[in-house]
Amino acid sequence: MEHFLNLTINGFANGAIFAALALSLIIIYQATRVVNFAQPALALVAAYTAMAVTQASGSYWLGFVAALVCGLASGALVERVLIRPVQSSASPLNPVIVTLGLLLLLMGAVGMIWGNEPHSFGYAFDYRGRPSPADIWAVVSVALAAALLFALYRLTPLGLRMRAAAMRPEIARMLGVRVGSMLTLGWGIASVIGALAGMLAAPPFLYPNVLDTIFVLGLAAAVIGGLDNPFGAILGGLLMGLTTSYVSGYFGSELTALAALGVLIVVLSVRPDGLFTRPTARKV
Amino acid sequence: MLSRNSNALSTADDGTGPDSGGGPHTLVTRWNTLPMLVRHILAALAALLIVVAATSITDQITDIRIARIGFYLVALAGLSILIGYSGQISLGHGAFMFVGAYTTALLILNAPMVPLWLNLLLAVAVSCVAGLLVGAATSRLHGPYLAGATLALALGLPELALRFPDVLGGNIGLTFQTRGAPDFLGTMVPSTQWQAIVVWLVVLLALVVLANISKGRLGRQMRALRDDETAAAMCGIQVGWTKVVAFVISAGCGGLAGALQAYTLGTASPDTFSVVLSLTLLAVLVFGGLGSLWGAFWAAVAMVYIEVWGDEVRRTLELPTNVANNLPLVLYGVLLILVIRLWPGGIQGALRSARNWVQSRF
Repeated sequence: MEHFLNLTINGFANGAIFAALALSLIIIYQATRVVNFAQPALALVAAYTAMAVTQASGSYWLGFVAALVCGLASGALVERVLIRPVQSSASPLNPVIVTLGLLLLLMGAVGMIWGNEPHSFGYAFDYRGRPSPADIWAVVSVALAAALLFALYRLTPLGLRMRAAAMRPEIARMLGVRVGSMLTLGWGIASVIGALAGMLAAPPFLYPNVLDTIFVLGLAAAVIGGLDNPFGAILGGLLMGLTTSYVSGYFGSELTALAALGVLIVVLSVRPDGLFTRPTARKV
Repeated sequence: MLSRNSNALSTADDGTGPDSGGGPHTLVTRWNTLPMLVRHILAALAALLIVVAATSITDQITDIRIARIGFYLVALAGLSILIGYSGQISLGHGAFMFVGAYTTALLILNAPMVPLWLNLLLAVAVSCVAGLLVGAATSRLHGPYLAGATLALALGLPELALRFPDVLGGNIGLTFQTRGAPDFLGTMVPSTQWQAIVVWLVVLLALVVLANISKGRLGRQMRALRDDETAAAMCGIQVGWTKVVAFVISAGCGGLAGALQAYTLGTASPDTFSVVLSLTLLAVLVFGGLGSLWGAFWAAVAMVYIEVWGDEVRRTLELPTNVANNLPLVLYGVLLILVIRLWPGGIQGALRSARNWVQSRF
């Protein structure tokens, strides 16, 4: 029973991380209809930046802030420089392939600069105990980020403009919304959330492949949630977190990705567009 | 999806052999009147002759490289059918190579009396079954949903080797001996050359099948599906079934490639079939040109030779190990971004527009 309880707590902490990553994917998908496969690489760059800043200044929180700033800047830059030129191309596959290219490029670049061997990377809080302060911090920080996002999108004029730019770009443009800037901002905000997920997921060791599994599970969470709905992403993240925690606790940690695939297939065979998306009519 | 390419695709690849085009006009006309299967077989025979000739003058390292181009070609051709023809994007192709390689390795280790052809057939069968399971489960998914599911497969399947180390060899994987040239050829044919020829014989057989599929009824149905799913369904094409078939074909190709890789290299280990392999396959395929077998060929050459040149660069420039180890990754990334940005048809697209330009001038 105690084992089960520990796994549940662990599942919630991990689920929060997956939910954060899923949120960052969904913000971008809603705005530009692109699944940003470069998200884990952007988060990785942010985490390495945090490590460099922490080592230079001796303060974890300075590094944490640096990671978030780095996420904002890199996300916005990627949208402006790489995604926008291919966004209008005829094939919807093209922007996705560009993000995959960026994923390979950034993972390689990080390895070139910092090497492939693991560096130790600290937790924000003590990781001992069940639930440990670090677990609580993971859940609280993601919940806080989600609440801030909700407030931004639903309660502020800026959020209204961002939603308008994402849903009806032509009409929004006619009404004076700077659609391009809104999309750039959306990518920036998404990458901040991604950087947060990276900061929570990386400890205790940082190396170029550290976020691979996390990303696959985060993507699975986003897909389960329907790629279009932030609440679905959070629920999907928790579902993934709990499932993978139980599977890895009872059957071995090597099976987590396959378990994620299993959940994905079960959920999507019942609801092909995710838990929370209303089916859409397609026009011929 | 990709609809602007549909005309180009349907006319592309009409000469699967290197000897189509050019020559006197009557010869071209006669070639074009031959049945499709005969044309493809003749082209494959010509290609096999080229491989035999090439491998008899090259050294052993080049033989292995030629064999590697062969098995990557078959993997990439399967992926090209899936993405370029049926419009489904799979990030889990490496997983099927894993299945094929481990099936072959287990057969060689546990049942050494099974002949190679049967072994390869079994590997293809097992990976087709795996493809059928995954394909049937994911046939209702499209676009990013399928990409997510296949990515999980690419990450999860190789970890089975770590979960069951007794059977699958854990982290180190499985190593074994493969038989070289048969005795009657004696020392005339070195074993690497023999391997390269065997690999290419199998690969070309597979390519004949693939070329026939992609030009025939099924290929047409897949293209219709890719361009507009709803319209295809209204024309009586069974959407789900066709998608599953495309997925199974691509899985079978992946499995065959993995089996041939195991046969050539004599090992199968989990880290060879990482997510990075699946992404690299996609990267070079985009570079070579999606949706044609020639594109897959350029992609396979690029896959092997980017690595070779990377090695040479790191030796001549004496790069630090961190930089050298990550050089291929960065190169593939830059390649993907630049090709999509400047040159979306890849090499094959560029060659095709060059050919059209020449034909319009003369």
